[in-house]
This record gives sequence, structure tokens and C-alpha cells, in this order.
Amino acid sequence: MAEFFQLLIIGLSQGCVYGLIAMGFVMIYKATEMVNFAQGDIMMLGSFMAFTLIVSLGLNFWLSLLLAMILMAIFGFLVDAVVVRRIIGQPQFSIVILTISLGFIFRAAAGMIWGQAPLSLDTPFVGTSNFAGAVIGHDRLAIMGGTAILVALIFLFLRYSRWGIAMQAASQNQLAAFYVGIPVKLVYSGVWGLAAAISCVAGVLLAPITLIDPLNGFLGIKAFAAAVIGGFGSLPGALIGGLIIGIAEPFAAAYLPEVKNIIGYLIMFAVLMMRPEGLFATIYQKKV
Amino acid sequence: MRVLFKTDYNQDIKFAKHSGYIFWYGLLLAAVFTAPFALDTYWINELTRVLVYALGGLGLMVVTGFTGQVSLGHAAFMAIGAYTHAFLLSQGVPFLFSLPIAALTSGVVGLMIAIPASRMTGLYLTIASLAFAIVVEDVIIHWESVTGGNRGMLVDAPVLFGYEIFEAWEYYYIVLVLLIMSIALVLNILRSPLGRSMLAVRDSEISAESLGIRVARTKVLAFLISASLTGLAGGLFAHFIQFLSPETFGIILSIQLLLMVVVGGLGTVHGAVYGAFLIGFLEASISILKDVLPPAIGNQPGLEPGLFGLILVLFIIFEPEGVYGRWLKFRTFLENFPFYRRNTFKRQRSYLKTERMR
Repeated sequence: MAEFFQLLIIGLSQGCVYGLIAMGFVMIYKATEMVNFAQGDIMMLGSFMAFTLIVSLGLNFWLSLLLAMILMAIFGFLVDAVVVRRIIGQPQFSIVILTISLGFIFRAAAGMIWGQAPLSLDTPFVGTSNFAGAVIGHDRLAIMGGTAILVALIFLFLRYSRWGIAMQAASQNQLAAFYVGIPVKLVYSGVWGLAAAISCVAGVLLAPITLIDPLNGFLGIKAFAAAVIGGFGSLPGALIGGLIIGIAEPFAAAYLPEVKNIIGYLIMFAVLMMRPEGLFATIYQKKV
Repeated sequence: MRVLFKTDYNQDIKFAKHSGYIFWYGLLLAAVFTAPFALDTYWINELTRVLVYALGGLGLMVVTGFTGQVSLGHAAFMAIGAYTHAFLLSQGVPFLFSLPIAALTSGVVGLMIAIPASRMTGLYLTIASLAFAIVVEDVIIHWESVTGGNRGMLVDAPVLFGYEIFEAWEYYYIVLVLLIMSIALVLNILRSPLGRSMLAVRDSEISAESLGIRVARTKVLAFLISASLTGLAGGLFAHFIQFLSPETFGIILSIQLLLMVVVGGLGTVHGAVYGAFLIGFLEASISILKDVLPPAIGNQPGLEPGLFGLILVLFIIFEPEGVYGRWLKFRTFLENFPFYRRNTFKRQRSYLKTERMR
């Protein structure tokens, strides 16, 4: 029982990170109908940014987290405003190719700036607690708590704030939103910025567990799988898809070690076979 | 400027639209068939590598260029082709049988991905192929009895009718003939109803469906053809590199294939071949570049994919039709010389077209 609980905690915390990346990804998809295949790499850049602020500049953790989020939001905003906006309305494969290439550029740039060796980041979340026979690291509790707070904030933002409602409107219909006076271009870039800030938090929360490494961007692929499992375009679905993959991984590592690296993708293929629209369907197959 | 006078309906689907085609492509054929007499072994090997890449690119072109579905996992199909072929050869299956079996295996595995993924939007196929590539790499590492795992696997030299192919030029001809046959196959598919439906699906799924085209079926068939061609390229690649290991077929190869079709020119058979030559050229220049750059940048393992990414971004933004498209524009300029207008190919302003129903 203690082992079960231990694995569950590890899985939940890992899943929260996947879920956060997937939420950033889904948010961009919902608003702009673009798929950002560089989301995992943006997370990686966010964790490096926090590393620079905390370790190299010696700033306070919480202040650096806030600064890193703001810087990454600006970065995300600029990625859209400078690069991605140019190909709005081009066929979908252009956007896929563009964002996946951006991911590779980010990865190469991070390797050049911060080096290939994994870096460790000190966070205030040290120590462990015992609970029902399981040992729980505080860093893992921080991930779960941080995710819960962030999800609540995103929900409130999208539901009640003026900008959040504008984002929802722009995601439903670009032209109609423009006609009612929403600055669509600004909103789109804003969504990219918001998604980058969320990924930045995910990256910082993940840092004590996996270390910071340019190759962390590949975690994004698991987040895509999470988004598919949850049903593309559904924010709660993305989070739950992330949790499913996250929980499946440590259990697979414990009981089925052969598939521990690919269990998430296997679940994704199973979902595609049985329920292709995902667990929380919000987009449907086109019917003509 | 040449004005074509059409006297026959078959003219529309002829390979050679006018005598210029026969002359120039005939010249090209003569050149590639006589090339081994003029070149030394090093250049023949390089040329063979480019031709193998062209075959892989042709495979990806079928699904990405003609059907509009991005696959980020085509390296996995090359891997399946290469490993199946090498395994069958080591079991004593003759070259002539093992190569088609390898191509078909790769195609059938491709079907298994494409059938569930094609029920939804094209993005699903992209994500599924990306995940698939990772799964395949993992399977290769763990299935040691067949693939040798991380230790790798040696590939036997090809034996054709009891004659062992050893020289570079002999292998060059095998690859060349298979590439020409594959190009002919793809060109034939393109002028068949299946090829036309592929183009229609690429341009708009909704209008294709309105015309009675079965979109999912078209995508799946395109993926089957594409995966088989890429598997064939993988089988040939196996002989070329002679030693298979899982990292040969990582995501960087998928990106290389994608770069090939985008830079060469999406949606044209020429594009795959041009792209392969450009990749060959690019690999050579990157190795020169590495010596010139300071070691802190030059020795980065991420440098190569990063540069590939940069080139892809520049092409997607500034010249989405690739090198071949640029050449067509230049040719139009020459043909209309004094009357060419600058805005002939100006891109129109485009808006987000929703593919979602709600």
C-alpha cells in the first residue's frame, strides 16, 4: 500500500508538469488554431531563465520566478508577433513545420548559451515528509500545489477577466471577435505569452527533479500525447491527460520495466483506437 | 515562350508535355547513367547517399507534399525498412525478396499508425508519427535478439543472382534504378484518381469530402505508399552505412527528411530530388563550418538540428515553395522577359481559415 501511494505521488507530480505544458499547448491551439510544437522547448528555456536569475544573479527564488515568468511571457509574445504571425492562414503543415523548427533552434541556442551539462537549481522546497508509510519529497508537493494554484488562476482569468473573455471570443471566431472590437493580433500574441509563462512555471517546478538540460524540451512530446488523450482543445482534458501519463509512468517502471519509456504513447495510441476524439471531446470530426 | 496546342485529351496526363521534356530529361538520364565512369569512388558514394535520401524524401513527399499531412516520424520507417532488410538478409533471404518485404513491412506498420490517426484532423497524424518514432527507437533498443539493441547490427553485402555486389558503382546502379522506378510509380499515382484525391485532400478536406472523396481512406493510402517508399530507402540505406544502430534513425533524420521536402519544394517530385542534393551539400558545408566556428559553438551537438531548424523557418516564411518553386518563378521571368511584372507571384494577404466546427 505504501508503495502504491509512493508511486501515485511520483506519478501525480510528474503528470502535473505534463499537464501544465499540455495546457499551454492547448491554450494556443484553442485561441489561434496553431499547434505549438515548441512548447516543451519554451518550458526548457523558462527553466534556464530562472536558473540564470537565481544562481547566476543570486536573486530571491520567488522574485526570480516572477521575473522569469514575465520574461518568458515577453518571449512568447515576441515569438508570435515576429515569426508565427507571418504565416497565419497558410496551410496547417506550414505552422507545424515552423514551430517544430523553432523548437530545434531554441534547443541549439540553449545548448550554446548554457552548455549541455545538466544544471541543478536550488528551490525552497527541500526535505521530505512521511505520510501513510510513503516518503514524499516537498518538491513534489510543490509541483502539485503550484499546479493547483495555477489552474485555478487560469480558470478565473479566462472566466472573469476582460482579457480572458476576449481570448475566448477570439478563439471561437477570429473575424467576429475583430468586428466587436477585440484587438485580435494583440490577443493572439498575448495567448502565446500566457502559454509561455505557464510553461516557465512548469519548468521551474520540474527543475529539482530532472535537472535543467537542453534536452528537457523533449518532454513536450509527452505533453502532446497528453493533449491527445484529453481531447485536443480541452483545457481540463489536457491536465487530466497529463496526469494519466504521469501516473502510468512510475507504475510501468515498477511493474512493466520494458515499456516504461513508451507507456504514455501506448496509452495515446489506445485512446486513438477506441475514442479518437479524446476523453473530453471539444473538437469533432468535420461533417460535410 | 512555348504555346502548347492541345489536340488530344491524353495530352493532359502525359509525362512528357512537349519535346523539351524528352530532350532535357533524356540528357539527365544519360548523365546519371554515365556518371560512374567519370567519377571516383568517393563521389560515387556521395551520389549514392544523395539518391537514397531522394528516395526517402520522395516517400515523405507523398504524405506531406501531396496529401498535406506532416509526418515527423519518417526516420522510424527508414529504421523499420533497414532493420527488416538486414534481419532477413542475415536469415538467408535473397536480396531481391528481402527488399520488397522490408518495404511492405514498413508500409503495413505505417497503416497501423495512419488508420487510427486519420480519423481526426491532420495534427493527430503528426503527433502520432512523432510518438511512433520514439516507440520504434525504444523497440529497437530493447528487441536485442533481432536488432542487436544498442550494440548495433552489421549488414551483409547485397548478393544479386549469386553475384556479390561489392563495388561502389555497382551499388550506385541498384539505387539509381530503384529510384527511377519509384519516381515513375509516384508520377503514375499522381495522375491516377488516387493521386488527384490526395491533392484535393491537401488543398481542402471539406471540399474534397464534398466531391465524394473519402478523406480518411486517401490519407491512409498515402501513408501506406509513403511508408513503403521510405522503408525501401531504409533498406538501401542499410547497405550504404553497413552498420545499423538505433541513434542513426533518431529525430534528426526525420527533421532532415522534412527539410528535404520543404527546401526542395513541397508538392513536387522535383522537390524531393533537389532537397536530397541540398541536404548532401548542407552536410558537407556544416562539417566545414564546424572547423571555422569557435569550438564553443562548433562542437555543440545541437548545432546541426539548430541550423536545419533555422533553414526550415526561413524557407517556410519567405519561400514556402522551396527551391523548385523559386526556379519556376525564375523561369517564368525568363519566358516573359520584357513583360514580367513584379507582383506576379505576390502572396495574398491571408486570414485564419477555421477547420473546426465549433
